[in-house]
Amino acid sequence: MTVILNQSFTGISIGAVLLLIALGLTLTFGQMGVINMAHGEFIMAGAYTTYVLQQSISAAGLSLLVALPLAFLVAGTLGALLEWLLIRRLYTRPLDTLLVTWGFSLMLQQLARDIFGAPNVQTRAPDLLTGHISVGGVTFANSRLFILGLALLCVLGLTLVLRLTPLGRRIRAVVQNRDLAEVSGIASERVDRTTFFIGSGLAGVAGVALTLVGPIGPTMGTNYIVDAFLVVVVGGIGQLKGSVITAFVLGVLQAVLEYSTTISVAKVAVLVAIVAFLQWRPQGLYTLRTRSLA
Amino acid sequence: MTTTVTSRARLARFRAPGGFLLGAVLLLGVAPLVLPDFRLSLLAKYLCYAIVAVGVSLAWGRGGLLVLGQGVFFGLGGYAMAMHLKLADATAAGETLPDFMQLYGTSDALPWWWEPFRSPLFALVMTVVLPMAVAAALGFFVFRRRVKGAYFAILSQALAAALAIWLVGQQATTGGTNGLTDIQGFFGYDLNDPVNQRMVYLVIAAALLLVMVLARQLFVSRFGELLVAVRDSEERVRFLGYNPANVKLVAYVVAAGMAGLAGALFVPAVGIISPALIGIVPSIGFVIGAAVGGRASLVGAVLGAVAVAWAQSTLSDAFPAAWTYLQGLLFVVAVGFLPGGLASLATLLRNRRTRPDSSGGAV
Repeated sequence: MTVILNQSFTGISIGAVLLLIALGLTLTFGQMGVINMAHGEFIMAGAYTTYVLQQSISAAGLSLLVALPLAFLVAGTLGALLEWLLIRRLYTRPLDTLLVTWGFSLMLQQLARDIFGAPNVQTRAPDLLTGHISVGGVTFANSRLFILGLALLCVLGLTLVLRLTPLGRRIRAVVQNRDLAEVSGIASERVDRTTFFIGSGLAGVAGVALTLVGPIGPTMGTNYIVDAFLVVVVGGIGQLKGSVITAFVLGVLQAVLEYSTTISVAKVAVLVAIVAFLQWRPQGLYTLRTRSLA
Repeated sequence: MTTTVTSRARLARFRAPGGFLLGAVLLLGVAPLVLPDFRLSLLAKYLCYAIVAVGVSLAWGRGGLLVLGQGVFFGLGGYAMAMHLKLADATAAGETLPDFMQLYGTSDALPWWWEPFRSPLFALVMTVVLPMAVAAALGFFVFRRRVKGAYFAILSQALAAALAIWLVGQQATTGGTNGLTDIQGFFGYDLNDPVNQRMVYLVIAAALLLVMVLARQLFVSRFGELLVAVRDSEERVRFLGYNPANVKLVAYVVAAGMAGLAGALFVPAVGIISPALIGIVPSIGFVIGAAVGGRASLVGAVLGAVAVAWAQSTLSDAFPAAWTYLQGLLFVVAVGFLPGGLASLATLLRNRRTRPDSSGGAV
């Protein structure tokens, strides 16, 4: 029983990481249809923001708190820059955005290598987050609980923004029918840039969280990017709840398979499961129903 | 006026065979004569990438399938070939197991799935059939349910990641991160002998020419027309009574077979196959060469693949940092601003000269 509980907590914490890195993609890929391969590098930017802050703010807890909004701004600005420079020219060719943003991500990786050096760097976790809580034989690492909380907070925040604010209303309008939104007086290009800013900023927040559980290096983003895209593909385009459910299901599946086999077999098995799932639901878990043929 | 048109048309008929002949003379005659051994073996490696690019040009350029997992098929072909060559090396040295298995292996028996690769015929067939079978399996399920566009690209990319991770995990039976290295012989020929290296080059060059002829025949066939139609408007093709899934499946499987062949030839040319050569990054690399040269143009894709591979190996040693920036910039400019690749430059310029108002929408 304890084993099962421990494994499901591991699964849920893998799911929380997946959710956090996929959340930004649900906006940029899910809502806007842009395949942003540089998303991983925005995660890296967030992680390095934490690292730089720790050079000047020695209290680890405080620097982490400051890093969260700052990483959002840094990664978001990078994202808005990318959108303005390249992506807005490519909205009619979604597949090409993949290769263009891949080129951009190569440049960002090299930039990080030039500034911070090729080897991984270390950050210090606050004391509060290094320990763990045991409840009835089940161990909860504090850092994992923090990431879970942060992921849920981000989901809540994003949901509220999309549902309740004028900005969210404009974003949903542009996603559902761009032409109709434009004739209703919405500046759709500005909405695109804002959406991209928020989506990329969320990658930065994910980067801050990842400093607690993994290495920080120039190529850290590539480790996460494919998994994050798979979450959005399975979750379905344009729906937040699909990604949330998928992230946790994939996380638990991964943990269970890793426990019963090996990491590498688990990866392959998860992929097979995803292809099988897409047989049943080719458009993902939830889809926006439209009448377009494409 | 009419005479110039007809003479031009007559010329155009000879352009493809003429170009092919020129390429054959350059690759099989001039290059082995003028290039020193070291350069020739590098060229052999680039030509392997070019064979992959031919498949990419078919699937992506003509079929619109962004194949981001060609590394998988390249790797399957490469591993199939390398497994046979390792076994042959071991037999020649009087051992029962390949060298790395003696180092890492926990059991002293050869894994059952290695056993059939003792047969050279089986291994040779598998280098092409295995990738095609995997592509057919994935393609069948994916295209049948109309999973397309970005979804397909991401799935094929995930396949590349999964295979690389799996290979790394199987240290004892696949050599893990190191891959299968230090291959000495190629069907009885010693690969350390420069003469035999030259022979391997000639085999690769001939294979490239063969694959290009095959791809060209596919391009100009009814199938090729249908493939372009599926790329441009899948729904209309479906309304006409064709099944786009089958068309895409054939393109994907043929491209996979070409990548497998390239992987198999890569092994004797370079002497190694490893997970680092087939993961996400090299898989995107296969696409980039075709994108830079011109994805829908066969010659463009081949030249692009060779040029990018050449730039990679020359510039990345001399200026590693500058090369990465340049590489990134190249992708951005080539894909973002010149979607037809360098091959479309000539068309663009010609159109500008004769018809200033048409913008030469080559894709």
